[in-house]
Amino acid sequence: MKYMLLINAGAVDGNGAPAECSFEEWVSYDKELKDAGIFVSGESLADLVTATTVQVGQDGRRTVTDGPFAETREVLGGFYVIDVPDLDVALDWAARNPGARGSGSVVVRPIADFGA
Amino acid sequence: MSAQSSVESVFREERGRLLASLVRRFGDLDLAEEVASEAIEAALVQWPVEGVPARPGAWLLTTARRRAVDRLRRDQAYAARLAILQVEADRADPAPPADADGDLPDERLQMFFTCAHPALAAEDRGALTLRCLAGLATPEVARAFLVPTATMAQRIVRAKKKIREARIPFRVPGADELPERLPGVLQVIYSIFTEGYAASSGPRLQRLDLAEEAIRLARILRRLLPAEREIAGLLGLMLLIHARRDARTGPDGEIVLLDQQDRACWDRTMIEEGRALVIIALTGGPPGPYGVQAAIAALHDEAVDLATTDWPQVVALYDVLLALTPSPVVALNRAVAIAMRDGPEAGLALLDELADEPQLRGHHPYPAARGDLLQRLGRLPEAAAAYREALELAGTEPERAHLRRRLNETEPAHDRG
Repeated sequence: MKYMLLINAGAVDGNGAPAECSFEEWVSYDKELKDAGIFVSGESLADLVTATTVQVGQDGRRTVTDGPFAETREVLGGFYVIDVPDLDVALDWAARNPGARGSGSVVVRPIADFGA
Repeated sequence: MSAQSSVESVFREERGRLLASLVRRFGDLDLAEEVASEAIEAALVQWPVEGVPARPGAWLLTTARRRAVDRLRRDQAYAARLAILQVEADRADPAPPADADGDLPDERLQMFFTCAHPALAAEDRGALTLRCLAGLATPEVARAFLVPTATMAQRIVRAKKKIREARIPFRVPGADELPERLPGVLQVIYSIFTEGYAASSGPRLQRLDLAEEAIRLARILRRLLPAEREIAGLLGLMLLIHARRDARTGPDGEIVLLDQQDRACWDRTMIEEGRALVIIALTGGPPGPYGVQAAIAALHDEAVDLATTDWPQVVALYDVLLALTPSPVVALNRAVAIAMRDGPEAGLALLDELADEPQLRGHHPYPAARGDLLQRLGRLPEAAAAYREALELAGTEPERAHLRRRLNETEPAHDRG
């Protein structure tokens, strides 16, 4: 079963990475996921100031705006998709994610399965 | 025993076991519930004619499993999701292994942990536990929590959908996870108890059935995990509180507090059982919060009256409890015990230190306790104000009636007209 781990950074440093953990910790977590054979995909997102929002109105015209900028304290900083047997295992990996610490948090979302 | 009443008592006792066994085999709570109900219906038809089988639980499980296999064969979606071959192999083995009672092995422990899973909404955990382990039907669960049946049905459907779609496993946590997960199960059982015992709303102060369900669930859990001393603590705590049930309300349903209760009405057998559990809970390792709370309840149950209660010991136990589970509510109870040991002034000083605690805002025992201590100090206008504040917050009608009586005592005679 696939789960997405959405990594919310409570406090973000200049590079968009959560301030409370080191780059080495992320590298080592990434390696653990791959060594465990459960890594499906994962990316970290560039700083929120680089984000652009597109919205298409009823008349078909597109509106492009700079942002969004965080209105809440939490900013989506990256994600992993992992393939594990059940929610307990997914929660264990979420708890080990460096982004779960301090003011950060990890939201675990099952990936919808339309195949079965 | 007639076949009809036998079926019903077996159903009540065995439904949780049956469900747990079916869930372990099929991994699907909805399917398990449907075929469990079908097996019960089949028993209601067949047993009055053919007699009650020697192993009623095993009969129900075999019948339910056959229904499940038939259903899986018909339902391709189910068949694809669940390993049909495994199920077919299961069918070749019609009689499940017997346990010590000669009937079914007890597989309910994993059900306890699934129903109390932290990924489920706190309010749904108790409902699911009552439904899947206490064998209550949805309308009974709804009545127990004083919500409309449709609301409760929606909550149960939502919780089951999360179990299924997020794949919350049916498994007993390993020894290393148990210290983290067991308190959640105990919390669910205790919240069922407190919900039944001092209803947060509604006309009746106590809903005894729910309290008794919680005690029954704790007994089952204790049999399943006999080495866990906090389960003994929780069961002891509930028994020691429940022993006072008959003295807790007056003839008109009015609340009777500890100092006014007729202690001759307390259930001595239940107190003895509770005291024995306290000893188990507090020996052989560091105490847990339920064991300590049970010890406090035991001190009250052992005392002849409020004045001769061993207040220094009660205060000492609250000190331990506060260290184990620091919370303003525990601090409030400790302040009340200190008032009993050292006088109302000392208790009031401690209560005033808690005035800014967000957790106590909206918690009616806080102003009610302040009112009591102020009244005992003769500071009647302040006591009246505190009782009025508590009245704004109190949930049950008997609690409000009690506070109105206390408020009346603080008002000068000429005001009462």
